[in-house]
Amino acid sequence: MTGLEFDVAHVLAGGLVLVSFMLLYQDRMYPLISVFALQAVVLSLSVAWQAFVQNAPHLFITASIALGFKAIVIPVALHRIVHRLGIHRMVEPVVGLGPTMLFGIGLVALSIGVMLPVTAQANSLAREDLAFSLAVILLGLLMMVSRHNAVSQVIGFMSLENGLILAASGAKGMPLVVEISVAFSILIAFIVIGIFLFRIRERFDTVDLQALQRFRGGQR
Amino acid sequence: MNNTGLILVRAVLLVPAVAAAILALIPAYKLTARLNILASLATLVAALLLLYKRPAPGLFLIVDDVNIIFIVLSTFVGFTTSVFSASYIAHELEIGRLTPVSLRFYHAMYQGLMAAMNLALVANNVGLMWVAVEMATLTTVLMVGIYQTHEALEAAWKYFILGSVGIGLALFGTIIVYMAASSVVGEGLEAMAWTTLVKEAPHFDSDLLNLAFVFLLLGYGTKAGLVPLHAWLPDAHAEGPTPISAVLSGLLLNVALFTLLRFKIVMAGNPQALAPGPLMVALGLVSLVFAAFMLYRRKDIKRLFAYSSIEHMGIITFAFGMAGPLANFAALLHMTMHSLTKSAIFFAVGHVAQAKGTQRLSDIRGLTETHPVLGWGLLVGVMAIAGLPPLGIFMSEFLVVSSTVTRQPLLALILVAGLLVGFGGLLRQIIGICFGPPQGSAAPLRVSYIPMFAHLGLVALAGIYIPRPVVAWFQHVARLLG
Repeated sequence: MTGLEFDVAHVLAGGLVLVSFMLLYQDRMYPLISVFALQAVVLSLSVAWQAFVQNAPHLFITASIALGFKAIVIPVALHRIVHRLGIHRMVEPVVGLGPTMLFGIGLVALSIGVMLPVTAQANSLAREDLAFSLAVILLGLLMMVSRHNAVSQVIGFMSLENGLILAASGAKGMPLVVEISVAFSILIAFIVIGIFLFRIRERFDTVDLQALQRFRGGQR
Repeated sequence: MNNTGLILVRAVLLVPAVAAAILALIPAYKLTARLNILASLATLVAALLLLYKRPAPGLFLIVDDVNIIFIVLSTFVGFTTSVFSASYIAHELEIGRLTPVSLRFYHAMYQGLMAAMNLALVANNVGLMWVAVEMATLTTVLMVGIYQTHEALEAAWKYFILGSVGIGLALFGTIIVYMAASSVVGEGLEAMAWTTLVKEAPHFDSDLLNLAFVFLLLGYGTKAGLVPLHAWLPDAHAEGPTPISAVLSGLLLNVALFTLLRFKIVMAGNPQALAPGPLMVALGLVSLVFAAFMLYRRKDIKRLFAYSSIEHMGIITFAFGMAGPLANFAALLHMTMHSLTKSAIFFAVGHVAQAKGTQRLSDIRGLTETHPVLGWGLLVGVMAIAGLPPLGIFMSEFLVVSSTVTRQPLLALILVAGLLVGFGGLLRQIIGICFGPPQGSAAPLRVSYIPMFAHLGLVALAGIYIPRPVVAWFQHVARLLG
């Protein structure tokens, strides 16, 4: 692998981590969705670069799924849901943004601290890719636990999944990456868009999970 | 020769998959309930025939000593549950909790779940195994939310969030396993085939394997309901339809543990790798003790038995963590027994909840007077799950304890304490349910008790006599597990 190929892959993977941080501090719904779309674009660029470098054409399918489905279809659908529910101001972080950011920095340090020593024998691109993707995964988890709102939890989950796709595409020659990304897309499409949000909206007129909690019956 | 085996394996996967597509299209619900049973029966027959004719392991599918009994168990419980489900949903339709449309969806998802679970069991490719577990999660999430009540949606949402995070972590672990393998066996499908992984495990980078196993344990452990990753389990059991609680407890938890076992065998093959034992022992004991205490304050009958499932998953994980032929033997036996007993209990609980019109424990009293068959059936089931002799679970629990006492007396002490606490919790609740002053409706139910008694009969039989080939098989797999 030449210097340029390595550098581009590195920049794109690092960009994904950076966009994960941008997701963390959004406090409005519409910008949150736009930043997620940006993340999907960065992911698809990164996967496409891997496809080019590794000479693995099937990865282009994964890249186009990321671009078409996650950067366009899902954001548009979420946009409409948010608009129809009128929840564009509700993000409601559980903890303040400052502590969340600090915690996020800690998670990135943790993933690099864990990954780099352990993978000392793997090639340098793969190990840094793995460290970056673990960082994206952990930041996605952080987003899921630090928000009450169902839509932002789903965005947190999708950004977690972006980290996984990054890891899978970075593992050289890994089979089934396409199938895995399709399986993930089905999971997201089926549950989130098709059924859940609409049903929850019908029932509660809000997708805030705290409102869901209030309905919880006495029978624990 | 091998062709027959290959056809059988494909039948185990394709029959439920095709049935799912067909059932989604047919609106007549009485017909679909029967077709559901028929498809499950066909799958069971194919699985039984696999006992005699196995295909040669391929890159994607494998039938070996480790998974064959789980395939048979899974298709058997799938079949009995479909019989139970037919009489269960007839009642749900009557009282209007389910509509014919949602029923179409339900049957399609049921067969979809069966296909996904069978695929997870026969997959030789760890990536394919992951896809199958993911699909099983998807179908069960949808079924948990099928009643569309606030509670059901909340339960489904919680399950979706926790389950997805779990399978996400498991995928990360799978990717790391691939990286460890690809540097030894080269890139491509070979590096994801489980058979290759086991063969080449001694040459893998042990640090990578350790890291991978931590993610896999957390990921698939979430699906197996291990404390502290269990939060979805009681809700999902309580709010979904009862046949789904039965397959969740009886099958899906087993499948999640089974995937962990596959990776544990790989770990055991690498001498430098961290022993997975202590991690599993700790998680197992915490689950057991936590769930045992939680049994006391339950107010909902399905939640009660969901916590009991967590307890038993804890025992099984603990025993696999202790390792050694005897502990592994006990754990395998316990998996089988728990699966049969717990689904029998949920069959009973489903009808109890329908007879009384509620799941609240305080409203379910004096069952042996109002519904004798159901009451005594449930009592036998609970006695079995609590570990009373001479039923099957007593034997496996006894083996777990006795194999621990000689090696780790202190751990055995905690284990026994946990078991006794759990026993007390179940006993306290079941006495009220079965013998308290009768409460609620005493209207007779017209349902089939065959599935429940078939399971209980097998469990009772296993307590007294297990056929020699089965014992030999358990011993063989126990040695493989290291």
